Amino acid sequence: MRVTNRLFTLVSGLLLLVGSTLLQATPQIQTWMTPAGVPVLFVAAPDLPMLDVRIAFQAGSARDNGQSGLASLTADLLDQGAGEWDANAIAERLEAVGAEMSIEAQRDMASASLRSLTQQPALNQALETLAQVISQPRFAEADFERMRANVLTSLSRDEQDPGTLGQKAIYRRIFGDHPYAAEPSGTPDSVAALNREDLARFHARHYVARNAVVALVGAVSRPEAEAIATQLTAGLAQGEPLPPLPPVADPPTAVLESIAFPSTQTHVFTGQPGMKRTDPDYFTLYVGNHILGGSGLVSLLMEEVREKRGLSYSVYSYFLPLAERGPFIAALSTKNDQGQGAREVLMATIERFRTQGPTPEELTAAIKNITGGFPLRIAGNGKIAQYLAMIGFYGLPLDYLDRFNDRISAVTAEDIRDAFQRRIDPARFATVMVGPAVKAPAQAQP
Amino acid sequence: MKSRLLLVTALALPLVVTAEAPKVQERLLDNGLKVLVKEDHRAPIVTSQVWYKVGSSYEHGGLTGVSHLLEHMMFKGTEKLAPGEFSRIIAANGGDENAFTGRDYTAYFQTLAADRLPISFELEAQRMRFLTLPEEEFLKELEVVKEERRMRTEDDPESLAYEQFNATAYEASPYRIPVIGWASDLEDMQVADLRNWYRQWYAPNNATLVVVGDVNPEEVFALAEKHFGPLSAEPISAPKRGGDPAQRGEKRIKVKAPAKEPYLLMGYKSTAIGHAGEDWEPYALEMLSSVLDGGSSARFSRELVRGAHVAASAGASYSAFSRLPGMVLLDGIPAQGRTIEELEQALLAQIQRLRDEPVAEAELERIRNQLIAAKVYEKDSVYAQAKQIGSLETVGLGWQLMDDYVEHLNRVTPEQVQAVARKFLVPDNLTVALLEPQPLDGKESKAPNPGGHARAGH
Repeated sequence: MRVTNRLFTLVSGLLLLVGSTLLQATPQIQTWMTPAGVPVLFVAAPDLPMLDVRIAFQAGSARDNGQSGLASLTADLLDQGAGEWDANAIAERLEAVGAEMSIEAQRDMASASLRSLTQQPALNQALETLAQVISQPRFAEADFERMRANVLTSLSRDEQDPGTLGQKAIYRRIFGDHPYAAEPSGTPDSVAALNREDLARFHARHYVARNAVVALVGAVSRPEAEAIATQLTAGLAQGEPLPPLPPVADPPTAVLESIAFPSTQTHVFTGQPGMKRTDPDYFTLYVGNHILGGSGLVSLLMEEVREKRGLSYSVYSYFLPLAERGPFIAALSTKNDQGQGAREVLMATIERFRTQGPTPEELTAAIKNITGGFPLRIAGNGKIAQYLAMIGFYGLPLDYLDRFNDRISAVTAEDIRDAFQRRIDPARFATVMVGPAVKAPAQAQP
Repeated sequence: MKSRLLLVTALALPLVVTAEAPKVQERLLDNGLKVLVKEDHRAPIVTSQVWYKVGSSYEHGGLTGVSHLLEHMMFKGTEKLAPGEFSRIIAANGGDENAFTGRDYTAYFQTLAADRLPISFELEAQRMRFLTLPEEEFLKELEVVKEERRMRTEDDPESLAYEQFNATAYEASPYRIPVIGWASDLEDMQVADLRNWYRQWYAPNNATLVVVGDVNPEEVFALAEKHFGPLSAEPISAPKRGGDPAQRGEKRIKVKAPAKEPYLLMGYKSTAIGHAGEDWEPYALEMLSSVLDGGSSARFSRELVRGAHVAASAGASYSAFSRLPGMVLLDGIPAQGRTIEELEQALLAQIQRLRDEPVAEAELERIRNQLIAAKVYEKDSVYAQAKQIGSLETVGLGWQLMDDYVEHLNRVTPEQVQAVARKFLVPDNLTVALLEPQPLDGKESKAPNPGGHARAGH
């Protein structure tokens, strides 16, 4: 017999799932403001003697203001010297107590993440270090020169990877003049033009209480969590609110960029502006894309491109929701003589889905997958901390996780068809192809 | 984990963590399937992993890549499941699934809500013995794997260099074989090769079932008996060990590929747990590798990336937990304006220092504290816990080492680190590979620049 979804003998003592309604408490989010005015989202997780911290600032590359790479290099420099400690001292303070810290700038957000044991003095030493790093970075000239040189090496290395080249190019084509067009790490020219004063100014303007949110998950009590959030934000200047980002414009016509590259595969990227994090169509487009190209081995794109035709190892589509409309991108890579053919299959699959929407079976399967997998999304302190930072940063409702499954389940096939027709227009997609088979006009090279 | 008093410089910090892990429970079914269960009730989920003792180090010339290709075909139908149906059923149950092939193992996993475990067992039991391997599905999937090789290896110059490096460093050892297989062997692969490979290695007595999550072990054992118990065992021959002859002098290769940045790989043949030498040697090599690259405060970051800024990045790695002896592996990318020769000299000087002087006790203490913390952090993921149990068991060391290895590492002394440096990190034991970038416009390099590649600005 085939395995079906009939009721298996349930292992006793385990949770029973009824339909898509999960009889499991989602994390209880507690919120408050620190004395500095920074919103805090906290989930108590007493089982493991550890704490996860994420502090998010509106300090991503969308704020580069023409100096591409500025936000990213600023984030890179924070742990290279702060207050009385140099880079060695910061590394030693964290690693001597087994703490892990990372700081990264993406397009909207720069975030500092810290994971520490909760025992003392490990926790205090780690928190003290994080607080200093976000509020008192040195931006010393030698550290700046070294880190900038390493970013330039990294950017040069990106140029030997056809996938990375294509990824950067499709963002440029989709977003045109909008700040989302630029790769957060910048370009060789833009990074070479930065100086340490630029970084110090960027930090002073953006790493401020007005633009911060704190997420905490771990084995601390509410009073302890309050004290921690206060400690972490006490050194931040109050700051000024940032102006909103400009809206993302729709590209007027389809565009095709060919990038010559001596690879054995041709990489195809195609897409357009997609949706905002707070988009009214968010759940509809999310479920729709899950069916189209977001569900790994069982997506329509995987079925058409890989399972039926063996054209590509990797094929997918995604919406990256941002403060303003982030991208919708579909991509694959295939041996060079199949590049055009694979692209046609990709486009035909997107077009068919846009015209017809999902079948009832496809929709049911997707909803079961997403809602049935909900416990996996929130299994682990690290995952919950990421959700908290996202909810806080984008101002999503605090019951976002509680209502997640209900909102997924409410999506209909007609909603998806309607939303894709309104929002997705393959006739105006930007497309980038990277590979040697592409006869590139010289001026099309980046 | 036994608590030991660990002193940290300036802080006198005893990192004593009291979260005692529930023990792994073990059951051997009559057909030889080993079932390992660890309870973790923090979330109502479970991960189920089936680990087979087969991987690229079980392969031989002409047949390389067969383990990985078979892993792909495990999703392509059984006597009761149509191609792709396995994945559709797991997806419809909210599951997250995949598989991976390494040198020493091939593993399949599903993570799902805990009450869906029977679905995972039923499906995995099916494909353990009743895979159909249809020819037409094989032919398509072979093309998919060739695309995977193009993407991961052919078009990635550092990956190409690593592949050639391994094939140079290892001679008789099957660790010379790339997991994805040589391109020529993929060209020749037949579905009959996979059928033979499947028959030879896929049986309950060559597998370990690992379950970690919100489960009751006795109930998991009963469920395993129900689904896997009826499967028949196979006679399994132990894989050949294929030991390398002693290396008799440094080996050095250049790898030319379209690229922008040079890349350096250096490897010293060493040992692994269960192989020749003192029991503590693999643990001392683990600590040695962490002294060099165990975080941003370790020597490579502190002295080569910051300090001298001869490296844009530099790494060291070693695994004590492999089936066959591996290497202490160093790699790096020169910093702007520095040559790959300068980087190599800097790495060699670091090795020389390990031979010349004992590491500081404070360095080892920092690593011990990182290890203790990492053991706690690891418990945030049922997947990571199961993966560790499964890999230790499958390389032949036993899951018990999961609870003991931190203690073994804690016992390593500065003198032991120095001793393994002197024994293994010697010039005659070294293999070096240099990625020599070729122009990306496809034209021949006019003036080959042997080894070095000093950058002119950016």
